[in-house]
Amino acid sequence: MLNPQATTDSQNQTRPDEEVWLTPRVDISEQKDEYVLEAEMPGVAKETLEVLLENNELTLVGRRAHREQPGEPLHVESSRHHFRRTFELDPVIDANRVSVRIEQGLVTVRLPKSEQAKPRRIEVS
Amino acid sequence: MPLIRTYRPSGWPYATLNQLSALGEELNRLFDLSTRAGLRPNDSLQSWMPPLDLRETPDAFIATLELPGMKREQIEVSVHEGVLSVSGERLPSEPAEGCSVFRSERPFGRFQRSVSLPKPVQADATKATYRDGILTVTLPKAEEAKPKQIEVSVG
Repeated sequence: MLNPQATTDSQNQTRPDEEVWLTPRVDISEQKDEYVLEAEMPGVAKETLEVLLENNELTLVGRRAHREQPGEPLHVESSRHHFRRTFELDPVIDANRVSVRIEQGLVTVRLPKSEQAKPRRIEVS
Repeated sequence: MPLIRTYRPSGWPYATLNQLSALGEELNRLFDLSTRAGLRPNDSLQSWMPPLDLRETPDAFIATLELPGMKREQIEVSVHEGVLSVSGERLPSEPAEGCSVFRSERPFGRFQRSVSLPKPVQADATKATYRDGILTVTLPKAEEAKPKQIEVSVG
């Protein structure tokens, strides 16, 4: 399994000395030989996406490009906070072969299973 | 569909709206827990409403919408009688054979957002760009809506 952790998950933490992070929405699916994680990070570009893999934990940090926008706001629904979310990885994942790409604010992480963990057919002799 | 009325910026009750939206999220969370609908919380309880911002410069209105992971051809933008409408659809991904879904938080289906612009715009000069999952629509104001400097002549 690929477990999003509760500790870093909660939205709008309000301790004053801590940065406020938005939790990106994710889809996670398991295929035969890999897990695929998709995270929504609108406004985040390739250069401002950080992916950390440490001790069986995957952390995605996406910073929005805070371009100075012209004019005055009439109506605002978007948040200016950056994105962050941590996932606990299944030990079967081969951390050396994890790949990440970002396209139109959607991060796709491919987490291949190690060779030993893949289902194998055993020949009967 | 939500119709956003834009008043003078100073009159807009930002705090109240934010509180309402926080309440909505809390309710969704409770429903989510009670129905064990860890999958598809957005599906039946709430239509998909991508966040929309509107800004005004002396020459134009600029609307931005957060639409991560869409294709350009899935987004429709139109301007009609001073109302900007953005709509589109994201289809749920077909699960591949032998694939199991663990988490499905991303909304899918149709969305539509409309905003009535407080001043006349040049509909046919409207431009839209889609970058990093953000749609930006620039609507130039009609000539009569632009601020004009009047020279004072000494008589």
